[in-house]
Amino acid sequence: MPEPSRRSFASWLLSGGIAASLASFLYPVLRFLRPPSLPEAPVNEVVAASAQQMPLNSGKLVRFGSKPVLLIRVNETDWRAYGAVCTHLNCTVQYQSASQQIWCACHNGFYDLNGRVVSGPPPRPLEEFTVRLRGQEVVISRRA
Amino acid sequence: MPVTESPRAARRLAGWFEERLGADRIREFIAHKTVPVHSGTIWYYFGGITLFLFGIQVLTGILLLLYYRPTATEAYESVQFIVTRVEFGWLIRSIHSWSANLMIFTAFVHMFSVVFLRGWRRPRELTWLSGIVLLGLSLGFGFSGYLLPWNTISYFATKVGADLAAAAPVVGPALARFLRGGDDVTGATLTRFFGFHVAVLPALTTAFLALHLALVQRFGISTPPWIEERNRRRGAPIPQMPFAPNFFLRELMAWYAALAALGVLAALFPWPLGEKADPFAPAPAGIRPEWYFLAPFYTLKLLPSHIWVLEGEQAGLIGFGLLAIWWSALPFWAVDGAGRERTRLLNGVGVLLIAWLSSFSLLGYFK
Repeated sequence: MPEPSRRSFASWLLSGGIAASLASFLYPVLRFLRPPSLPEAPVNEVVAASAQQMPLNSGKLVRFGSKPVLLIRVNETDWRAYGAVCTHLNCTVQYQSASQQIWCACHNGFYDLNGRVVSGPPPRPLEEFTVRLRGQEVVISRRA
Repeated sequence: MPVTESPRAARRLAGWFEERLGADRIREFIAHKTVPVHSGTIWYYFGGITLFLFGIQVLTGILLLLYYRPTATEAYESVQFIVTRVEFGWLIRSIHSWSANLMIFTAFVHMFSVVFLRGWRRPRELTWLSGIVLLGLSLGFGFSGYLLPWNTISYFATKVGADLAAAAPVVGPALARFLRGGDDVTGATLTRFFGFHVAVLPALTTAFLALHLALVQRFGISTPPWIEERNRRRGAPIPQMPFAPNFFLRELMAWYAALAALGVLAALFPWPLGEKADPFAPAPAGIRPEWYFLAPFYTLKLLPSHIWVLEGEQAGLIGFGLLAIWWSALPFWAVDGAGRERTRLLNGVGVLLIAWLSSFSLLGYFK
């Protein structure tokens, strides 16, 4: 093996220096491109509606922190709530009172009133929330 | 000053520039540049039309920049202001949107004409690859520009697109977060997409366009092998037409035709603005992406929720990715080890791809 000459050492030093300086330029750029995680105030429950104002067999989208939740009033006493984000590709779902199903318009996914997939491409059921009545207020909270 | 002085001064000025720019070499180059003439010559114009429409995009995009504001609270209103209050604002925006769509259409026509006329053959592999990158960048322009008016359709289309990126193996979640500027499509996404649309993508496109055009200059315009063969048998050279002025004037007429089509479409069918995006509203019925994403969109609709161990959209994304890579590598699989062309395979794949794109796009539009 030939002995490393002064020239090859200088060449190695130069290319190594350039590579190191490039890395030192690129590292902050790459870190800059990554969006920071913004801490959100934890939301555990929200007052979603007034029981009197919500008709039977209807749905309503409500804000739960930064996510939408679908509140459904099935009948006089049966209330349900599901995360309104379709498990397929993240579209916001809606309640179809005629078929009593939850529908995602983006890729035609259907869920039943238990949040389970009935048809279409969604791979998982919707996230379920707890609903309770506090007087006339309908309160939605995360499942424990 | 006597009348004869003026042309002399102009000649002197021209000579001054000539000496410094070496324009005579460029003139010499253009004077000797020729384009083959045969039954498929008409397809050569589509690359130029695509370039022309890109120029329209740049010009109208710069004009829109004078009024557009890239924030979630102001974007929709600023586009509304452009189309309702700014003189000819509706026309400029409509031309920008229509020419974007026409540009992608002509880029696809250009790509398939290159496939069927065998313009990708050795030594033009890099010309093909740079063209594929340009098509990808055009789709990137379409995807990023679609969100900018911040309307309902564009909002959900971006949600779906970014979530699809999240389904990519290994890098998916980080890529989606990078695209969205967070965990969901918000004002941060809009600002990012604006940056991609007006800075990152134009810079990349300029570089790849320069490479693509330089390669077209280096190797000239290709002649289909069956025409080369026919002329070889006849012992006759392939007829050529001078690039300037013959081909260029014809190309100019094609640009006029494209401009006329663009003017008619933009004036008679102004691009709609739709409703302002509401992140807490459901996705509206009949939602669909731009026509050039309809085929994969409809395919995703048909895929079951699970395929083997993968979720449907993951399988779909992997399938689309592999198809895109395979298609990009066309110059390397469309010839065998001995350099012979795999004609049946190539034509079959080309026709199947066109059939899938057109039929699924129509199904996606009407169903």
